Amino acid sequence: MAEPAKKVEEKKIIDEGLEMGTEKLTQDRIENVINRVLKGESGARLKAYVDTCIHCGLCSEACHYYLSQDNDPRWSPVGKVKQTLWEMIKKKGKVSPDFIKRAAEIASTECNLCKRCAMYCPFGIDIAYMMLVVRRINHLLGVTPLYIQDTAHSHAATFNQMWVKDDEWIDTLQWQEEEAQGEIPTLRIPLEKEGADIMYSVIGPEPKFQAQLIYQAAVIMDVAGVNWTMPATPGWDNSDMAMFTGDNEIMGRLKRAHFETAARLRVKKIVMGECGHAFRSVYDVGNRWLGWRMPPIPVVHAIEFYYNLLKEGRIKIAKKFEEAVTLNDPCNVSRGGGLHDKARYVVNAICESLVEMHPNREYNYCCCAGGGVINCGPPYKMKRVEGNRIKAEQLFAAKARGAKVLIAPCHNCHSGLEDINHHYGLGMEIKFIGDILYEAMEKPA
Amino acid sequence: MLSAENWDWETPEKLIAFADWNENFAWIEEPHVSCDGEKIAAIVNIAEGEFSVCINGETWENAFEKIWYPRFAPDGRLTALVSEMGEWTVAVDGIAWENKFGYVWNTLFSEDGNHIAVAVQQDMAYCMAVNDTPWQQSYSNMTNPLLSSDGKRTAATVQVEDFGEGDIQKFQEGVFTAALDGKPWNTKFVNVWKMAISPDGEKLAAEVRVSLYDYTIAVNGRPWDKTFGCVWEPIFHPKSGSVVAPVRTEGAWTLAEDGNLIWDRRFVQLWHQMYSPDGNKLAAIVASKFGKWTIAVDGKPWSVTFKDLITDAAFSPDGRRIAAVAKDDQKWKVVVDGAVWENTFDMAWKPVFSPDSKNVAAKVEKNGKYTIVVNDRLWGHECETIWDPIFNSEGDKVLLRSIEDGKYYRRVITVNDL
Ligand code: SF4
Ligand code: SF4
Repeated sequence: MAEPAKKVEEKKIIDEGLEMGTEKLTQDRIENVINRVLKGESGARLKAYVDTCIHCGLCSEACHYYLSQDNDPRWSPVGKVKQTLWEMIKKKGKVSPDFIKRAAEIASTECNLCKRCAMYCPFGIDIAYMMLVVRRINHLLGVTPLYIQDTAHSHAATFNQMWVKDDEWIDTLQWQEEEAQGEIPTLRIPLEKEGADIMYSVIGPEPKFQAQLIYQAAVIMDVAGVNWTMPATPGWDNSDMAMFTGDNEIMGRLKRAHFETAARLRVKKIVMGECGHAFRSVYDVGNRWLGWRMPPIPVVHAIEFYYNLLKEGRIKIAKKFEEAVTLNDPCNVSRGGGLHDKARYVVNAICESLVEMHPNREYNYCCCAGGGVINCGPPYKMKRVEGNRIKAEQLFAAKARGAKVLIAPCHNCHSGLEDINHHYGLGMEIKFIGDILYEAMEKPA
Repeated sequence: MLSAENWDWETPEKLIAFADWNENFAWIEEPHVSCDGEKIAAIVNIAEGEFSVCINGETWENAFEKIWYPRFAPDGRLTALVSEMGEWTVAVDGIAWENKFGYVWNTLFSEDGNHIAVAVQQDMAYCMAVNDTPWQQSYSNMTNPLLSSDGKRTAATVQVEDFGEGDIQKFQEGVFTAALDGKPWNTKFVNVWKMAISPDGEKLAAEVRVSLYDYTIAVNGRPWDKTFGCVWEPIFHPKSGSVVAPVRTEGAWTLAEDGNLIWDRRFVQLWHQMYSPDGNKLAAIVASKFGKWTIAVDGKPWSVTFKDLITDAAFSPDGRRIAAVAKDDQKWKVVVDGAVWENTFDMAWKPVFSPDSKNVAAKVEKNGKYTIVVNDRLWGHECETIWDPIFNSEGDKVLLRSIEDGKYYRRVITVNDL
């Protein structure tokens, strides 16, 4: 390991968003908001969790933070609840502004809402849900880390995560279409094609920084002969940092725009790119806040989409990727969406050799970027990277067994693992499934 | 709109070849047809980097480097967004507007088609342009462009103050407002979203966020004196000019008029409220319980509910009936006055009432083929493409526009023949 995993002195992190919000707090407001959320919004589910927990600590071993921080109980799942929600409940909302600031830091930057701990709790208590309740309280108190708050602002103003303006989005798609026509002259990215089978949706960073992913998706769609479209209006971005800041109203607004765009285009399905949190938002949290038990237009994650294309022979593999790969199971699509076996089918179809990391599938460790943690920005980068030494160890072990390339079919995993890769000197190359599929597939000559 | 009365309602069938256009071009894009059904058009690729539009087999005289978003105006003119030498504009029947811009998008039409508006970006400044005339003011960003149904007014959300990325304080102080015909309101908001223009064109109402947590409706820049946990887009009463919007209060949705709650019932969700044409009835799409969607009329929900979705609701011209599209377990359905049609579909489009309100028709898809359904009776043709049906003014005939075996057909059938 390039860098010893010794515990570094914890530095005090100054976050303008938290400072600014805390300054404006009054005791009354804190009490009022906490009690409103506890009574009015979280109700029975929260009460059941609080009443059931026997403080046994069995959940601790599940958490990558706890394991990476030498089993320090303050990083244990139940420890995080103890430091935040329990105090709020016990004191009936009479907690100090500084307590709120610390609670925001714990809930937003020391828990990825990965739900691994829920599998280790004998009662299935969902600590992630409780951390979300804390974030909701923090949102209503205006105490949210600056970077992710700014992202929530972007969502609110532009309906995407990256302040992409309406024209920039369309322009990017047309530019990628033109680029891809260099490879397949008749390729199209059909905009606003009403009645297409599929609407393809992506997350804000794709048009902003990773337009090649749209290019690759277009080639895959074209070669597979998919009847697809992309919208030329807001509603194209499936991502959702508002879900992670506790701004449920903006979350709902985003999901409404997404589903109504798909309904307007009269597509039968939404296929989304390789993103985990967006899947959680469209498939579970956002739709339900709006009153939809299931997504009103079915949502298919890229993993499942590739799986179907390969299984049905709509995409054929010209030459499998030769270097040995390992696969990171993103929490939201594996533990949350059960796509881990389909991911393996796809990886085995496009790669010569898959070296499993352990634990894996629904038991995989979180990348430590998810749940909006990476979106809290540079101030928390070291905490995040050091909070996942266990992932580095997991990867070193896979590397020792021959893995050279790390596949991460999720944007957050991708970025978070890149930081771990650098910090711990892993020297692995990180790819999306789409990167490899695009390389390996048969394309028209 | 071309007055439907003047259309050809006598010729039973007209035919225009379509598939063989292929021979002349590298590719042809999705076809579009005019309301009266006399014209079919598509973007065609002539050569690398050279596009035109082909209508009824004839291409526009002008070719462009890029073309997208071809749409027929209700008056039958064909518009498209076109680019030459890196500049964009609107072309109407092949003639480009004189003004050229950095980018144009989101073409909007007035009801009669006389007015054509687009969103415009020029040198990273944003505004709208109507009939080749851009607003006098432009803004660092603009969203939610809107054209009034008479085409006389335009509106949009505009950003009136600059702020750096990460400047959350400035954002929360409010940097957005609404602009009517380019002129901004005096009040700034944290967010301004969808809006509506009053029938007389004098008022603009918008859903706004006044802090990160407080939502309300602002009319001509003045927010209602009450705020709510959330709101959705407002509409105007067609006669009185009062404003009605869904509001969320104590975790449930209801309707408010000029700030006051008007429906007793509370819903898990409520949106797409609409007045009957005479303004006497008010209906909305609601979730009466979690995962149970229906329509509420004057506050009372239909007894039938749907699990997945209800959308595209419309009042009949006489205001007595309502039709909508619903979805349950991947089956799309048409529902009229709370009764579900027996036929189910792989997809259904917005139902259309006849002018006498007696008949309802919709475009539908089944097994990859398209047809129309009138009063729950399917037309026997399985088409490659079909467009929304249109009734004549007597309501006894339907205009059908479809593509079958690569040929475009314009047909007139009587409702009784179905
Ligand atoms: S990071 Fe994951 S395992 Fe740790 S407390 Fe949060 S949800 Fe539980
Ligand atoms: S959450 Fe479950 S595992 Fe963790 S301390 Fe409570 S009861 Fe034990």
